[in-house]
Amino acid sequence: MPQPMKFYQGNEIVAHAAIAAGCKFFGGYPITPSSEIAAEMARLLPLNGGSFIQMEDEIAAMGSVIGASIAGKKSLTATSGPGFSLKQEHIGFACIAEVPVVIVNVMRGGPSTGLPTALAQSDIMQARWGTHGDHAIIALTPAFPEEVFSETVRAFNLSEEFRTPVILLLDEVIAHLSCSLELPTSEELEIFNRVKPSVPPEEYNPYDTSFGDVPPMAVYFEGYNFHMTGLSHDKTGFPTTNPDLVQADQERQHRKIEKNIARIEKWEEFMLDDAEIGLFSFGTSGRASMEAIKRAREEGIKVGLLRPLTIWPFPDRAVKEKLSYMKAVIVPEMNLGQAIWEVRRVLGSEKNIVGVNRVGGVPIHPREILAKIREAK
Amino acid sequence: MSFDYGQYIRMDKMPFLWCPGCGIGIASKALYKAFAELGWKNEDIAMVSGIGCTSRVTGYTRANTLHTTHGRALTFATGIKLACPDKHVVSMAGDGDILAIGGNHFIHACRRNIDITVILNNNNIYGMTGGQYSPTTPQGAFAATAPYGNVEPGFDVAKLAIAAGATYVARGTVANGVLLERLIRAGLAHRGFSVIEVVSNCHTQYGRRNKQPDAWQMIEDIKDRTVQVSRAEKMAPEELIGKYVVGELHNIERPEYCDEYERMRQRALAKEAKKVVEA
Repeated sequence: MPQPMKFYQGNEIVAHAAIAAGCKFFGGYPITPSSEIAAEMARLLPLNGGSFIQMEDEIAAMGSVIGASIAGKKSLTATSGPGFSLKQEHIGFACIAEVPVVIVNVMRGGPSTGLPTALAQSDIMQARWGTHGDHAIIALTPAFPEEVFSETVRAFNLSEEFRTPVILLLDEVIAHLSCSLELPTSEELEIFNRVKPSVPPEEYNPYDTSFGDVPPMAVYFEGYNFHMTGLSHDKTGFPTTNPDLVQADQERQHRKIEKNIARIEKWEEFMLDDAEIGLFSFGTSGRASMEAIKRAREEGIKVGLLRPLTIWPFPDRAVKEKLSYMKAVIVPEMNLGQAIWEVRRVLGSEKNIVGVNRVGGVPIHPREILAKIREAK
Repeated sequence: MSFDYGQYIRMDKMPFLWCPGCGIGIASKALYKAFAELGWKNEDIAMVSGIGCTSRVTGYTRANTLHTTHGRALTFATGIKLACPDKHVVSMAGDGDILAIGGNHFIHACRRNIDITVILNNNNIYGMTGGQYSPTTPQGAFAATAPYGNVEPGFDVAKLAIAAGATYVARGTVANGVLLERLIRAGLAHRGFSVIEVVSNCHTQYGRRNKQPDAWQMIEDIKDRTVQVSRAEKMAPEELIGKYVVGELHNIERPEYCDEYERMRQRALAKEAKKVVEA
């Protein structure tokens, strides 16, 4: 039975989607504009067989969700810009130890305390490269309330399927805009749960690649008595400094994401079929882009949008296939130009690629994008 | 009866990486014996550590083991415990790890009174990184980063833990393994946050710089400075300067975090059920 139509803001949708995806643990720390996610999880989790804790800081919050996940509970944390910076240490731990967790970052203006509770999309690169060392990452960028729900569920599924942290990037408008919505129930959703070992404990290795690039994951207290560390390790989970083993393991950890990109990539197209000018935009700017396109079309300008829902790994294939024949590519984003670097990398620097950028805490207006479209015509 | 080390030690990981004579070995043995005395099953124990010499203990322990980030073991341990409140969660940490970079996590875990036991191997120095002064290095002592003597005063670990809300606090030393095992056992059995400070020796990094380059010298010195808590109560504060007061220092009952969370859950569920009935 579908749940009754109710009024929800984006942050609340994240919480409801997490519960539907089977989330049983939330560890957080107060920060705007993500606060409502924690508040809603604090309300929902005790009623749904899970636990909530407000930790002493962002680093601790991230540690607690990794601990809970290793103990077998799907786990969520939510934060915003400065908190996301603090979480990076443990995001790296989740990468190397291969622990599924979901991190929501409701982006706000930075650097530092920057613009609290104001709109930005300035953590695109932090989501990719925030933690030190080489690592692969998955990050998702929903733009509409329905997508906030479906992408939250997908974030959990991807984290479980690939034993990896997944970052859900919202912005303040998506997080706080309210709308009426009929939320799907768990029964209507496809839920992926991590693959557990099929071998007996004495044969189990937590990073055994004989089952593929994503090793089955035992959880604590089920008799497997395994070891996990943030140090480079071999298949047994114990530290190694053997250069060949470390190299092979790091390459596998990249490969498990990069080689499975067909299962991870996701984008939406808007009026792209006959377009001569292509837009690449996501989140709230993606929505402004759609409005700008409608107005440009009224003027007879053939323009369309490629809107990624998976921003990391970067949608190289889609950008190449959909945008390489455009006479101009416009990248509206609420930062001083982050995703545009990737678009340039894929399409080449000789291509006419321009940004529409804003960092003042207010949305990019469709007319600003329209002006750029007219220039590019 | 001889003790079967293999029950709680991953014998295939021998030898330890610790220096010969290191106090961590004595502290670990006391912990393993306490596990055995309590009859704890390996699969029911999660042992979590941070970074540093002491934190390497998880690699040698036959249990669900997690070697985490510097100072932050208790954050992972908190997640594990709240996810599985009926399991045993233990953390072993060094003074630099848990009191400096992990100090905030330590005091908040004490405050919550979550049922985790911390074995704090206090050897007054950062060993693994090369002998830098830690939050417990005595004022005036020498360290790699205190070549003219340490300027900073140190923490009294036990007082810190008690003030922050830990409900079982004890101090033992590597000079008395029997007492240490008894204190650890009581800490493990205690429902709530328990801290057992182990006054320990790092002759390699601390002793070498402070005229005690051999393990036996440091352990002798620790022994000489040990005062039982019952005797210390009759001594004047000035008599206790430079002494290690050992034994059970604090043992009180206070609602444990996971138990309290469960009570809240029952209240919330009852309230929700009432709403449904009224609707």
